[in-house]
Amino acid sequence: MSGLAILIPIALAMGAFGLAVFFWAMKHGQFEDLDGAAQRILIDDEADDAA
Amino acid sequence: MSAVAAIAPDAAAERFDSRFTVPGMRCAGCIARIERGLGELPGVEAARVNFSARRVAVRHDARLDEEALVEALEQLGFAAQPVAANPLATDDRDAKLLLRALAVAGFGMMNIMLLSVSVWSGAGGVTREMFHWLSALIALPVVAYSGRPFFASAAMALRYGRTNMDVPISIGVLLATGMSFHETLTGGEHAYFDGAVMLLFFLLAGRALDATMRNRTRAGIGALLGRMGKSAAVLQEDGSTRRIAAEGLFPGMVMLVAAGEALAADGEVIDGAGAVDNAMLTGESTPEPVAAGDRVHAGAVNLSAPLRIRLTATRDDTALAEIARLMDEAGQSRSRYVRIADRASRLYAPAVHTLALLAFVGWMLAGAGWHQAMIIAISVLIITCPCAMGLAVPAAQVVASGALVKQGVLVKDGSALERLAEVDTVLFDKTGTLTLGEPRAQLDGLDDEARAVALGLSQNSRHPLSKGLVASLQAVGTRPAEVIGVHEESGHGLLGLWRGTEVALERAAATSDGLAATLRIGGRRWHIAFSDPLRSDARETVAALSDMGLASQILSGDRLQAVAPVARALGILGRGGISPAEKLAVLEALKRQRHRPLMVGDGLNDGPALAAAHASLAPGSASDASQQAADAVFLGDRLGPVALAVRVARETMRIVRQNFAFAIGYNLLAVPLALAGMVTPMVAAIAMSLSSLAVVGNSLRLARSTR
Repeated sequence: MSGLAILIPIALAMGAFGLAVFFWAMKHGQFEDLDGAAQRILIDDEADDAA
Repeated sequence: MSAVAAIAPDAAAERFDSRFTVPGMRCAGCIARIERGLGELPGVEAARVNFSARRVAVRHDARLDEEALVEALEQLGFAAQPVAANPLATDDRDAKLLLRALAVAGFGMMNIMLLSVSVWSGAGGVTREMFHWLSALIALPVVAYSGRPFFASAAMALRYGRTNMDVPISIGVLLATGMSFHETLTGGEHAYFDGAVMLLFFLLAGRALDATMRNRTRAGIGALLGRMGKSAAVLQEDGSTRRIAAEGLFPGMVMLVAAGEALAADGEVIDGAGAVDNAMLTGESTPEPVAAGDRVHAGAVNLSAPLRIRLTATRDDTALAEIARLMDEAGQSRSRYVRIADRASRLYAPAVHTLALLAFVGWMLAGAGWHQAMIIAISVLIITCPCAMGLAVPAAQVVASGALVKQGVLVKDGSALERLAEVDTVLFDKTGTLTLGEPRAQLDGLDDEARAVALGLSQNSRHPLSKGLVASLQAVGTRPAEVIGVHEESGHGLLGLWRGTEVALERAAATSDGLAATLRIGGRRWHIAFSDPLRSDARETVAALSDMGLASQILSGDRLQAVAPVARALGILGRGGISPAEKLAVLEALKRQRHRPLMVGDGLNDGPALAAAHASLAPGSASDASQQAADAVFLGDRLGPVALAVRVARETMRIVRQNFAFAIGYNLLAVPLALAGMVTPMVAAIAMSLSSLAVVGNSLRLARSTR
């Protein structure tokens, strides 16, 4: 029983943290271009070498 | 022009956002090429590709306009079209609200489920009571937050004395939560918090999917009139000119229209000769020659020498304003279309209420206490609001429209797919729809040298014929010759020097055989004929449509002589010389004969017809207003997407009907259990999740439908 007193708040806090992260991500447009994000990883960033 | 130069220093500090669709983007390399290529242009502050939407957003200053950016994109190797503010965007704010509600419901559902599983597996006494209290603590705020979309809509429906699907949902959720709270207070055995929150979660998932498909309300009319000239230089009695805003113009005034200026009113040319671009009105991109006595319309752009025009119709009386008005009226009939989900819930909602009420009354009469009768009535409500029902339509439509986007068809909303599936007749506009809408040069007579010189000259001009020549030459891989000192002589052609020889691209002597130009190098001359070719797969598309049982015909504002050869080539009926109002009349006549016409058109003159048709499609090259009036836009040079869109729409409706059949079948099984009082929270939770998963799984099959 005393274990529950610790574990349940931890579970809830973790869930709430995930929820907060999702809200943050949505507010900052992380879901605007999902396919693009998958493609961009393949771009060689030559621009940085040139600069 | 001097006015533009004068404001340039100030305007340079101003920033503009332009958006373009670039259907040709296929890989990471394209993203990099576009973003870097545009970023290097002077005046571009930032360019950002949205790969999912095949769009580029460019932030730039006044040194560049949309046309210059399209040209820059073409030089990078991508065909692009500017898009107005965001005609295809979903209503973002609404969708985000639903997503947040969904996330909160998901959070609540998982945590409550965690506690419920322990109760189901036998936790008793104090532990069960504590878990119920914890569930209540989570469920009450979650229901209050995530339930708002349903409560608001239900309250709205009730206020007008009607009922919709949200009414049983709201009653079910609120009663279940209230009842469970009562159970918690009194230390009862069953609490339905998990059922209530899970119901919200699955229904919100359906709503969120639906919202991603929702179309912004059609704001096309404003955009349309924005193309009309804003002001005109009006000739005063003393011979000077004064600029007067379009609202201040009256018939009888005489206006001077410089080259490149858009007309602000309808009128008759009284002096000057040249050409106007009537693309706004007719969709015809080839310039129309005008001379004294010819009628010209607001929105047309003067391409060559200055014209002196006596106004005949101004402000709301112009042909353009008339089209805007027709579109506005025609679009209203479509807003009366009732979507399949609403049709289903109109039958369904009263049945659910009655059933729950009967269950309550029945158990009371049978001698059960009000408490037990209430619990049974609530479980009937929960079990008959199947999440599968809420997901049946949006899940299928989202998957289908996602598959269509990959093929270059952007569908605006779910109702568009439903209506597309029902069409039985297809009406095509000719220019720009069946054909490319751009002149292409026939290069047969030209040797390599002549081609190189022609490209060297024509790439300096924005005249539609020059652009067509450039496109044709680039298509065969011609490299431009170095032509120096190129200048455009208004109404005449392009002149330049190549290796010391005078070269020119001139307007051909007026002939009856359509558009042509003459290329001159020194003393030698070549005749270059232009034509507007059919889209490469027009014939196959018409055949594919007829295989699906759809009769096609052409409805064009162009002359009958120009329509007839196209109609013959495609083997379909063709009608020519039809005004926008007549197109509308043809559609109304078809509708009266209980036909459901699909209109495919691009020009502004098709706008009213696009808005009035049962469903409509526009190519990506169409005018903004037409794109906004259409249900879906297809990108690229092929016509095939028209047949594809209809096929996928029909497939989608088949899946939707299967989903409904499944959801109703599930009810027939579960309702007797609920009526018998055998539905515990666990049974409700399992039934809900399984039926939802089955419906989603069935809908996912549509992802392969475009193959």
